[in-house]
Amino acid sequence: MFLGKWIRVAGLCGALAVSSLVGASASMAPTFALPSRAGDTVSLDQLKGKVVMLNFWASWCGPCRTEMPLLEQMHKRYSSLGFTLVGVNVEANTADAERWLKDTPVSFPVLFDRESKVSKLYDVSAMPSTVFIDRKGNIRYLHKGYKAGDEGEYLNQIRALLKE
Amino acid sequence: MIHIGIRKIAAKVLIAVALACSLSACGNIEPWVKPYERQQLADPIMAANPNPVSASYMDHVFEAREGARGALGGGGGGCGCN
Amino acid sequence: MTFAVFKSRFVRIVAVATLLSPLAANAGVLPDDRADALYHRYEGGGVTIQGPSVLVRKKMAEKYAVSANYYQDMITSASIDVEVSGASEYKEERDQYSLGFEYLRGKTTYNLNYTNSSENDYDAETTSFGISQDLFGDLTTISMGFSRGSDTVGNSTDSTFSQDIDRWSYRVGVSQILTKSLITSLNLEVITDEGFLNNPYRSYRFINPADNRLFVLAQEIYPRTRTSNAVALNGRYFLPYRAAVYGGYRFFTDTWGIRADTFELGYIHPFGPQWTFETRVRYYQQNNADFYADLFQRQKQQNFLARDKELSTFNSIAFRVGASYEFLPTGWRFIKKASANLFYDRIEFSYDDFRDARVSMLPTTDPNFRPAGTEPLYEFGANVIQLFFSGWF
Repeated sequence: MFLGKWIRVAGLCGALAVSSLVGASASMAPTFALPSRAGDTVSLDQLKGKVVMLNFWASWCGPCRTEMPLLEQMHKRYSSLGFTLVGVNVEANTADAERWLKDTPVSFPVLFDRESKVSKLYDVSAMPSTVFIDRKGNIRYLHKGYKAGDEGEYLNQIRALLKE
Repeated sequence: MIHIGIRKIAAKVLIAVALACSLSACGNIEPWVKPYERQQLADPIMAANPNPVSASYMDHVFEAREGARGALGGGGGGCGCN
Repeated sequence: MTFAVFKSRFVRIVAVATLLSPLAANAGVLPDDRADALYHRYEGGGVTIQGPSVLVRKKMAEKYAVSANYYQDMITSASIDVEVSGASEYKEERDQYSLGFEYLRGKTTYNLNYTNSSENDYDAETTSFGISQDLFGDLTTISMGFSRGSDTVGNSTDSTFSQDIDRWSYRVGVSQILTKSLITSLNLEVITDEGFLNNPYRSYRFINPADNRLFVLAQEIYPRTRTSNAVALNGRYFLPYRAAVYGGYRFFTDTWGIRADTFELGYIHPFGPQWTFETRVRYYQQNNADFYADLFQRQKQQNFLARDKELSTFNSIAFRVGASYEFLPTGWRFIKKASANLFYDRIEFSYDDFRDARVSMLPTTDPNFRPAGTEPLYEFGANVIQLFFSGWF
């Protein structure tokens, strides 16, 4: 009887372990912490529970610059509903990015990935790259590059993830 | 004839290009300059043809006075976005 | 005494390749909209050519782009060829229009160009098509192009004279990013011409049978075909303190026996946020065409005879200094960026088998007279100025 209880506990632990492994599969967004433009350090863990749209960009990248005002609009519109945009600037020297942001200000956090650690972590293979992370911390959608009209798809995906 | 020699070089270039295509298709060799490392290549001073009217004019100045012609141009580089 | 209005011929091959084709663009993103206005001026060897060149480029929906260029040469020429032929200085105008279309789809750019050039005795039309493809993580760009040209050669002294030239050109290029700071490219181009390839005004010279110190002129006879091959290797390197160095080598041969080497090395140095300086040196050398000679022994000595100094053995060295100033650092209304640019090139030409025939045209009693074939080798220097404004919008 005592053994049976232990077997049940062991079975439950095993099930939990297995389910957590399944949860921690390749679709789990790798966690990171980067310095932000505001001066503090932002970590992806802090944003669990929110829908996160991670946007890898650089000031030298034309489509990235074109996209930014649209991303700002998205952030403003949905940030009160549990959505946040996080910009990850991939430049080793951030002076150009900071100068550009003065001309085109954004209200969402912009993090500086000076050593390309997060770019490598997320296997960024196009500029810009946009990663949608759901409330549980899983990567749900990946966009490579930006073409006019993509923002329509972004909005659909944000709304879908916010509903969850 | 020397121009047949250049045709052979052209054939070799096309083969090299085909190999490059097949490599990218196989994905055996990863691009060694990542899209987020293109800052220097995207710099305007590294542009292949920053002043097209000027380049075209100078090409004409030389071509009109020399026997040689062709194989001008050559682009690529830049930001590599999209 | 014949009055031959001598004209020097400016060969209109598709030097506009660098103007409108996106060999310079990387597939994936079309180049930004721009407008350029250039004033160009060449002075050297008794020839002055100046004029405008205006370019406008516009893209639509990030998929299509249109570009248009108007170029004009206003020529005043009293070159050595004009003087040797006994003609007087002439003035001429050449107008050139070009139109280009580009279509971007994914990583592939297609382009189509049309160029038309006309002057009172020469019309040229060229159509070209090209494809450029980015591969391998955008590290490699291959491009291929084909051009078809058709020229009509006239003679202002003979209104019944009309000859044609047909031209085909094939080019292929590979551009490869080697490191974060280094990009190289290899380009090949084969061009074939068929038709009336010489200048209807130009003459070769042969020793005067009556007096071997003097020469007699006769009209050049050229082959009716010419096929040429060129291969060029170029590179650009980003220096860590923010500057760029670029260089290249081109090897050229053709069926006329010409072999040419072109070496180029340049340096671009930005200074502050608004200034950019450039310096460049270009060295060119070629050997003569098989049927070229400065002085033939007798008339019709061989099947083909030419005395065009462009086909002689010569070398040239060109030095450039240039400055660009971005005068709207934060833009102005719809203009994102604008620059004013001034380039100066000095080109020194030095001929190894083209002589200054004016010296043997002097009276034989003149102390400066030299018999034909012993005149000093010809050389001259040219100044080339380009002043242009560019705007991006």
